[in-house]
Amino acid sequence: MNRKRQVADEPLVVEEGSAEPGSAPRRGFLAGIGAVAAAGLALVAPLWSGVRVALDPLGRSSGEADLIPVAKLAAIPDDGIPHKFRVVTDRVDAWNTHRQLPVGAVYLRRSGDSVEALNVVCPHAGCFVNVAADRSRFVCPCHKSSFDLSGAVNDPASPSPRDMDTLDVEIRGDDVWVRFQNFLPGRAEKEPVA
Amino acid sequence: MTPQPPPGDSALSIPRLLDWLDHRTGYRRLLRLALVESIPGGAKWRYVWGSTLTFAIVVQFITGIALWAAYSPNAQGAWESVYYIENVMAGGWMLRGIHHYMAHATMVLLVLHLMQVVVAGAYKAPREVNFWFGVALLHLVLGLLLTGYLLPWDQKGYWATKVTTSIASITPLIGPALQEVLVGGPDYGHLTLTRFFALHAGILPGALIALIAAHVYLFRRHGVTTGGLRAQMDGSGPGDAVEGEEGGDPDAAPTRVSTGQFWPDQALRDAVACLAVMAAVLYLVIRSGGAPLGAPADASEPFAAARPEWYFMFLFQWLKYFPAGTEIIGALVIPGVVVTLVALMPFAGKWRLGHRFNLGFTGAVLAGIGLLTLQAYIQDGADPDFVAAHEAAEADAARAAELAAGPDGIPPTGALTLLRNDPLTQGPRLFAERCASCHSYDGHDGLGGELAEAPTAADLAGFASREWLAGLLDPDRVATPEYFGGTAFARGRMVRMVQSRLAGLDDAGRADLAKVVKALSAEAALPHQAEADEAERAEIAEGAELLSAEGIGCTECHEWRGTVERSLGPVLTGFGSREWLEAFIRDASHPRFYGERNDRMPAFGPDEILSEVEIGLLVGWLRGGGVGGHSVTAEGLELVRHAAQP
Repeated sequence: MNRKRQVADEPLVVEEGSAEPGSAPRRGFLAGIGAVAAAGLALVAPLWSGVRVALDPLGRSSGEADLIPVAKLAAIPDDGIPHKFRVVTDRVDAWNTHRQLPVGAVYLRRSGDSVEALNVVCPHAGCFVNVAADRSRFVCPCHKSSFDLSGAVNDPASPSPRDMDTLDVEIRGDDVWVRFQNFLPGRAEKEPVA
Repeated sequence: MTPQPPPGDSALSIPRLLDWLDHRTGYRRLLRLALVESIPGGAKWRYVWGSTLTFAIVVQFITGIALWAAYSPNAQGAWESVYYIENVMAGGWMLRGIHHYMAHATMVLLVLHLMQVVVAGAYKAPREVNFWFGVALLHLVLGLLLTGYLLPWDQKGYWATKVTTSIASITPLIGPALQEVLVGGPDYGHLTLTRFFALHAGILPGALIALIAAHVYLFRRHGVTTGGLRAQMDGSGPGDAVEGEEGGDPDAAPTRVSTGQFWPDQALRDAVACLAVMAAVLYLVIRSGGAPLGAPADASEPFAAARPEWYFMFLFQWLKYFPAGTEIIGALVIPGVVVTLVALMPFAGKWRLGHRFNLGFTGAVLAGIGLLTLQAYIQDGADPDFVAAHEAAEADAARAAELAAGPDGIPPTGALTLLRNDPLTQGPRLFAERCASCHSYDGHDGLGGELAEAPTAADLAGFASREWLAGLLDPDRVATPEYFGGTAFARGRMVRMVQSRLAGLDDAGRADLAKVVKALSAEAALPHQAEADEAERAEIAEGAELLSAEGIGCTECHEWRGTVERSLGPVLTGFGSREWLEAFIRDASHPRFYGERNDRMPAFGPDEILSEVEIGLLVGWLRGGGVGGHSVTAEGLELVRHAAQP
C-alpha cells in the first residue's frame, strides 16, 4: 500500500483534470460545470430557508403607535420641569404576549393644563437621556448631547443630529395619554422605527 | 497557466485579478490539493457515500445556525421559540424540517458508509486510524441526534431523554454525578436545556469538524479502497480480493485499467448524489409540512407515547429484555462490547478468515438492530394503549398549537400555562381520574377509554342540554344507567314521578314538557346553545311558568325561582349554570342539592379531591360538549375557552 498522491507533479490548470484516456477536455469542463451546478442546487433549499428565517423580522412592523395612558394629570408637578414616567402596555415579544409590561419611558413637562412629552431616548445613538442635576437641561450620559428643557439641542457641539423626539399627547379627563413610539437615531429627520 | 497580458495593457482583467489573488493567497495550490486526487479505476457511483455524508453535515451546520438565531434554550421559551419558528416565521417550517429530516438522512448515510467500509475492507492497514476516526464520528453523530431530540422541549423529547439520562445514571461509580452534570441539577430545567444546547450546537459540532478534517486528511493520504468492491464486480469473492490486497501491492490488482480524477468526474457524481439526498429530504419535509412538535414538556403529565426516534428504537426495544438489576448489561456492557469489537476490526481482519468474520459480525449486528427496530414498531402498533396514547399526544400537540395561536398568545410563563388552564385539555383528564369511577361520558371515561366497571351514575355528556334533559324526563330512559338507573335514586321519587305522571301526559302536556325542558336548559346558559336560547325566548318564558303547572309539577319538590312546596331535590334555579354546577360538584350533600339524600357523590370541594381551579376546568369542559358522538366543534372550543376565563 504505497499509493502516493501526485499533487505536486500535476499541471496547474485544474479545469483540464479529466484524465480518462480519450476524453476531450470539453467533456471534463461540462462535468465540472455540472458538479458545481448540482452542488449549488442541493444547497439552495437550506440556504434559502435559513436566510428567510433570518430576515423574518423585516416583515414584521410594530404597527401603528397607540395612545397609551401614562399618568394622571395631577401626578405631573406643574413646575415646567420634565419628569420621567414609565410607559406600561401590552407587548407581543416574538412568541410571548406580555400584559402590562414596561416598554419604555417618557419625560412629561407640564405647564398649566398643557403637557409636552419627550421620548427619553437620545436621537444621537439611543442612550437614555438624563435631566442634569441642576435641572436646567437634558444631558445624555453617553456622548454628552445636550438639550434644553423643551428638548431642543442647545449646544452647537452637541453630537445629536436633531432635537429630542416629541410625542403626541392627548388629555382625556384626568389622564394623560401619549402616542408612544421610537424613532431611528443618528439622522436629522425624525423617522419612526417601523 | 494564465497567459500574461500584453505589456501596456494595464486594464483590469479577471485573469490578472486571479493571478494577483493567487500570488497573495496561493489559492490555486489549495484548490489543487482539494480537487486533484487520483482515483485508481476511475470515478465510481459507489464512492459517493462519504461525500453525501459530508454534504448532510454541511446542511446541518447551515440550518442549525439559522435555527440557533431564533431558538431560546430555557424551560419557558424552548417549546415556545420552536413553535414560533415552525408556525410563525417565514420559511421556518422548511428550515426546521430540513434540519430534522437531514438528521435522519445523516444516520442512514452513516450506516451505508460504514457498511461500504467494512465490505471493501477499508478498515485494514494502513487505514486503521481512519477507521477509528469514523467510529468516533458515528458516536458524535449519535450524540448530536440525542441532544437535538430534547431541544424542542416537547413531551416526546422530554420523556425520551429522561430515559436516556436515567440510563446514564446507572453507569458504575460516576453514574449519578454524570447524570447531574448532564442535566445541570437533580431535575430537568433551564440548565438541562442550556447544557444540551451547548453540547448540540458547540461541543459536539466542534469535535465533529475536527474529526472530519482528520478523517478526510487521512482518506486523501490513503486514497480510495478499490480492492474488495472491484473484485466483487468482477465476479470473484470479496475474500479473495481482500487477500489479494493484503499482499500489499495495489498495482498488482489485475483489473486496474485506468486512473480517474476526483475533479471533475467523481465530483460530478458526488454532487448529483448530494442533490438526490436533498431531494429526498425535501420530499419528506414537504410531505409532513415541517418537523413534528409535540405538546410542551410537562413533568406532571404522564406520557405513555414516549419513544425515541427510529434510529434509537432498537436500544429502546433491547432494554425490554433486561429484567431489574441487569439493565446495566443491556444498556452499557453489551453495547460497549459491540463497539469494542467494531473498533478491533482492523486487527481481526489480519487473520486468515478475519475479513469474513468482520463481515459476518457487522451483518449480524445490523440485522439484530433491524430486527429489534421492527419488533418495537410491531409491538407498539399492536398495543391499543400505545395507539391511544399516541393519538392523545397528537391531540394535545394540536391543541397546544391552537391555543398558542389564539388571541391571548403565549404568556411569559410559557405555553404549558395555556394547556393547564384549558378546560378542553384538562376536563377529560380530570373526569377520567376523578369522575369515571361512577359516571360515564357518552359511554366512555372522558378520554375515550373504556370504563373499568359499569357506570353507577348518570352519563354527563351534554349535561343540562335540551337533549340531556329530555332524556332525564323520558319515562323510558330515566331509570336506565344513562341517568338514575345505577343510583339509589332508581327507585326514588323523581323516577317514580317521571314514570307515572309524565308518562301519562297527553299531546298538549308533552308539548308543555318540551317547553319546560327548554326553560330548564336555558338556566344553564350553555355556550353552544346560546343561539337557540336567544331565538326561543318566548317558549322559554312559557316553559318557566309551566314548571309549576299541574301535571308537571317540578316545584312540588324542587325550588324554582324561590317557589317550592317541599324542598326534596336540587334547586332548579340556575340549573346547570357554571355557578350551580361548580357548587354541586363541590358538595352535592349541601341542602341546595341532594342534602341528606345524596347517594355516593363525594364532597369534592371540602374534601379537597378537586381544587377550585380543577372544578372550574371540569365544569368548563362539561358545559362545552355536545351530545351524540361528541364532535365538539371548533366554535364550541372557542366558547368553552372564553367561558372558562374568570
